[in-house]
Amino acid sequence: MARTRYAPDRGLTVRMTATMFLLGLVFVAFVALIIGILVAVHASAAAIVFFALIFGGGTAFVSLFYSDKIALAAAGAQEVSPQEEPELHGMVDRLCALADMDKPRVAIAPADMPNAFATGRNSKHSVLVVTEGLRRRLEPDELEGVLAHELSHVAHKDVQVMTYASLLAIVAGLLVRFAFYSQLFGGGRRNSDQNTALILFAIMAVSAVVYAISFLLIRLLSRYRELAADRSGAQLTGQPSKLISALTKVSNGMAQIPTQDLRAAEPLNAFYFAPAMKLNGPASLSTIFSTHPSLEKRIEQLEKIQRELGQAGPPQ
Amino acid sequence: MGFLDTLFGRTKPVQPKLDDLFALPSAAITLEAATGFTPTGSGSVCFRAVEGKTFSDIQAEVRELLNMDAGKPGGALPVEVTKDSYGYTWLVSSHLSDEMDALVTDLHAVNSALVDNGFGPQLLCTLVAFRDEQERRLALVYLYKRGTFYPFAPTSGQRRDNALELQVKGAVQEDLKIEQDLTKWFPVWGAPGL
Repeated sequence: MARTRYAPDRGLTVRMTATMFLLGLVFVAFVALIIGILVAVHASAAAIVFFALIFGGGTAFVSLFYSDKIALAAAGAQEVSPQEEPELHGMVDRLCALADMDKPRVAIAPADMPNAFATGRNSKHSVLVVTEGLRRRLEPDELEGVLAHELSHVAHKDVQVMTYASLLAIVAGLLVRFAFYSQLFGGGRRNSDQNTALILFAIMAVSAVVYAISFLLIRLLSRYRELAADRSGAQLTGQPSKLISALTKVSNGMAQIPTQDLRAAEPLNAFYFAPAMKLNGPASLSTIFSTHPSLEKRIEQLEKIQRELGQAGPPQ
Repeated sequence: MGFLDTLFGRTKPVQPKLDDLFALPSAAITLEAATGFTPTGSGSVCFRAVEGKTFSDIQAEVRELLNMDAGKPGGALPVEVTKDSYGYTWLVSSHLSDEMDALVTDLHAVNSALVDNGFGPQLLCTLVAFRDEQERRLALVYLYKRGTFYPFAPTSGQRRDNALELQVKGAVQEDLKIEQDLTKWFPVWGAPGL
């Protein structure tokens, strides 16, 4: 049996499992509560729940199915052929051969903000996007580290996982809105409708709580998946220090960029290599709302991988 | 990747497949009979070096091992080590053109040294060079992670002769496991020893 220096991080796996378990628990509790409310009283609000499920599911499905096209359009990125960008394609070719994975399409976004993201529902339909700003600022080795991180996102099917994880939050968010509007426009009819108003209020309250909890859990999951991609990327190239220097450069570059550009780029944040906007407020609060782990945490993990790769004898 | 690995965002580094390399000598004979391409006697191993002293020590050891019989009658030329513009390291071993067996043994020594020390996932590809009478260049590239071969025929600049590559594929597919997915036939421009 081949020995390995490329150990998975058990702690990270455990934390990710716990997060996903909680997310699942919230989901089950949510469904149970809604059904409970509907059964307890006459189910005249069932239509609202039904529509929220259809709309929410539909939105998630569409965004999953067209994620590559949507993201490309939102970033204004252009797909490039191997003839146009032999260097970039050569890098991706080699990384894919090392990792034995299908090669994604490669695109370049004209933005000056140094960043990269990968999206698409599976490896056949995924696309890897780097910005001009990233290519200008990073050395080839550092760029390779970033590409390896993004390819790991593709390998881990992060777009799929995060879409399924967000499904609950989307449905809950829609329910709050639907219940609110139907109360606004349906109120003050007959006495028998007072019951309906009560149900709608209950649904609204439950959905709002569920939305808040699942929002935080999704952000947590997203941070864990960034760490996982850092780890796999660094192990793929065998150069964790190059990824560290890329991260440091990109994060410093982020802070210097005018806010307006950053706000315009914010919707794509979850797919990015480093977040484009720093949330204001106390450090602990901005940490739990953030899609990406802090720079210190990412560097800490990469330094650990550096030590693991440099061990004199491989671990058994 | 399994379902659990996807769920947890784990990647198992892919271990290389080494054994298929030994099919090269007989494939070289078939290739010469069918297309007139003969081995130049040079071959190379390409890998992504890991940062740190452990890896560079292993690399130095391998180099010494291969250079042991260099210069002796019947021995090979010293091993050349180069780093390409993508940051990958190439170890080039040069023999006489009829010493295909010795060349493959050399290449295998590099592979097993890396695998034994736990760095198997860093192996990218191995390349054996051929020429024909019109001095056309051809390489058989072995992808470690897939255990398959594909032909690569660069012409001038960054162009490749696809017709020749497909012809070679047809000639050697009885002897070698050829990569069936054409998208994996990535070009190795400027590979040392080609």
